[in-house]
Amino acid sequence: MAVEVMLPTVLRPHVGGAASVEADGTTVREVFDNLVAAHPGLDGQLVGEDGGVHKFVNVYRDDEDIRYLEALDTKLSDGDVVSILPAVAGG
Amino acid sequence: MGFATPTMRLARAHYELVVAHCLDGLPDEACGLFAGPLAQNDDGGRGDGLSTEPTGEITAVYLTTNADASARTYTVDSRELIKAMRDAEKAGGALVGVFHSHTHTDAYPSSTDVRQATYPEWIYALVSLKHPEPVLRAYRIRDGEIAEVAVEITG
Ligand SMILES: [Zn+2]
Repeated sequence: MAVEVMLPTVLRPHVGGAASVEADGTTVREVFDNLVAAHPGLDGQLVGEDGGVHKFVNVYRDDEDIRYLEALDTKLSDGDVVSILPAVAGG
Repeated sequence: MGFATPTMRLARAHYELVVAHCLDGLPDEACGLFAGPLAQNDDGGRGDGLSTEPTGEITAVYLTTNADASARTYTVDSRELIKAMRDAEKAGGALVGVFHSHTHTDAYPSSTDVRQATYPEWIYALVSLKHPEPVLRAYRIRDGEIAEVAVEITG
C-alpha cells in the first residue's frame, strides 16, 4: 500500500530535501514507522513521547486532520495523500 | 542575518481586518494567516529549486480560531490551517505568513514564538494591544534568529 507523504520545509532536510516521499503502510502509524526506518532524522518529529501524533505537527489524510479520524490508527488506501504541517503556534 | 527580509505590503482594508480580529479576540490572543504570491525561482538558498520565498505582497487574510482559547498562547485551528493553505494554492500563491496578538506585551516575538516558528519562509506579524493604539510589526524567524521585516500599508 503506497501513499504519498507531503513534508513541510522544516522536515525536508531529513529526507534529502524532497517535498514529498512515498511510503508503505495501511495506517498512518505504519507509514510513519516505515518513514522513520528509511529516514532516521524523522525520529521523534512525527510521533510524540506519549505515542500519539506529535503535538507540534498536524497530520492530514487527504486534507482531513487525523486527530478527528482515528489518529495514528487512521487507515490508508493506495493513492491517499498524507500531509504533514507544523502546528502554527506561539505565545 | 543571512536571510532575506522582503517588505510586507498589506492593503489598508486587510490591515483593518487583522486589527479588528485581534480586538475581537480579547481577552485571548487572536491569530490568522496571510496568503500571497511567491517569488519566482527563489528557493531560499536550499538548492531544491522549489519557490517558497514570499514577495511580501499579501493578497488574502484568513481570520482563524485560536484553538488554545488562551490569553498567553495561540495555535491556529488545524482544519482552518489546511483549508486556508489549499485556498491560497488554488489562487496561485501560498500561505506566506501568520499574525497573532500580544494582549499586554510589545509587538516582538516572545521566546515561545521563536521556539515554535517552524515555517522559515513565513512572515510572522505581531499585533500589540498593550496601548490604546494597536501596533503591527513583522519579522522573519529562522534558526532562533529574528529579523524585522518592513511593513507597508497600501491603498
Ligand atoms: Zn507571541
